[in-house]
Amino acid sequence: MSNPGNLKYTDSHEWVKTEADGTITIGITQHAQELLGDMVFVEAPAAGRKLKAREECAVVESVKAAADVYAPVSGEVVAANSALDSSPEDINNDPYGAWIFKMRPDHAADVSALMDATAYQAHVDSEAH
Amino acid sequence: MTTLKQTPLNAAHREMGAKMVDFGGWDMPVNYGSQIDEHHQVRNDCGMFDVCHMRVVDIKGNGVRAFLRYLLANNADKITLPGKALYSVMLRPDGGVIDDLIIYFMTERWFRVVVNAGTADKDIAWMKQQAGTHAPGLTITSRDDLAMVAIQGPNARAKVWQVLPHTQTSTQGLQGFQAADCGEYFVARTGYTGEDGFEVMLPKEKVETFWYALNSAGVKPIGLGARDTLRLEAGMNLYGQDMDESVGPLESGLAWTVDLKSARDFIGKSALLANPPARKLVGLVLLDRGVLRGHQQVHTAHGAGEITSGSFSPTLEKSIALARVPNGVQNGDTVQVAIRDKMLAARVVKYPFARNGKAV
Repeated sequence: MSNPGNLKYTDSHEWVKTEADGTITIGITQHAQELLGDMVFVEAPAAGRKLKAREECAVVESVKAAADVYAPVSGEVVAANSALDSSPEDINNDPYGAWIFKMRPDHAADVSALMDATAYQAHVDSEAH
Repeated sequence: MTTLKQTPLNAAHREMGAKMVDFGGWDMPVNYGSQIDEHHQVRNDCGMFDVCHMRVVDIKGNGVRAFLRYLLANNADKITLPGKALYSVMLRPDGGVIDDLIIYFMTERWFRVVVNAGTADKDIAWMKQQAGTHAPGLTITSRDDLAMVAIQGPNARAKVWQVLPHTQTSTQGLQGFQAADCGEYFVARTGYTGEDGFEVMLPKEKVETFWYALNSAGVKPIGLGARDTLRLEAGMNLYGQDMDESVGPLESGLAWTVDLKSARDFIGKSALLANPPARKLVGLVLLDRGVLRGHQQVHTAHGAGEITSGSFSPTLEKSIALARVPNGVQNGDTVQVAIRDKMLAARVVKYPFARNGKAV
């Protein structure tokens, strides 16, 4: 599976989708879910929480390991995906559909400055060496 | 950077789509897809594990039984039927655990020992040192010419017989913890999953053919990830996590393997008798949402403890753990586990958690 071209990416393996209303939706990439393996627990941040860019704000746990999820930009959490409470494996099955939380970014420009799909793929390739 | 050691099945794992990881210096498969599917595959049908990294050691000569009686905490005198196996720990004089291992009685001049991969060189050095003092006539041989595959699950034995029909006559009557020497194939009804099955030792150059033949018979490869959740559900200790040289067997849930009743002396015995255990190993089931992991701190009414092994149990669909806690903690107690910035409730339970396909 390739990384969708309409999304932005972080070096900590989150994907970021800008919605029509200016909010952003965040999940973890195909590469990240593949590294972690079968997901069994997701803890998303509560709506209303203010986050700084790169702040640890969610946790995804596979059978194998726990991994932090970071805020891609500064802003406020507006929603968390409660469906993942009962089916965390959605992240394995559909990493770009199974979003973890949504934010309203403080500055839309911060989102534009994130990596595009090509730059992210180069980042993944560089980590493999 | 050091080069990882490879088993003779390395190419086969890659061919079968394994994700490979560094496991104690060995390049080993962690899974071939979904670790949870692999776990259920073993509980419900059967799967095969590459355990070639484990070491087979043959101890031969006059007086081998007497030597093992002194070397090990369990009593070699318990096994008198040829092929019978015994689980034991090997202790330091201070009672710390050097390794856990299985010994097979073959003849009064031959016992076979299977030890962990990461400790094999240390174990053999210790055995040779002790033999040098107490049994200089024995030969202790690391069988680096042998490979080992574990086939586990309710249908495992039938699949092995399908692939190795000539072994069926001599292995179909084997009880649990018993082995048969079938020429090139040494077949033991043992394992590390809580399921029925065999561990087969065979010449290294034949293992890849055996592996593919099992696969053609419908036996799926299982990685180290599922091996860990299977053994944890079955309540089996993992050396280096649930016990090591810094802790004794009586504080590691291994009292059942330590024979303190017989009059014989063994290495570590006086230390065990002089230091009654203050802690014990218990099972935990997490009541809140989350995943228990090794080294998380456990808070109990009787003092602090620590998780030694923790994971998600695919059979129970809950998180489970083994934890070392003060002796006063009882089954049924609720304890608190520190997970990141939270304290989560867990129940203390008797383990194993699951065996023979089901939660227990």
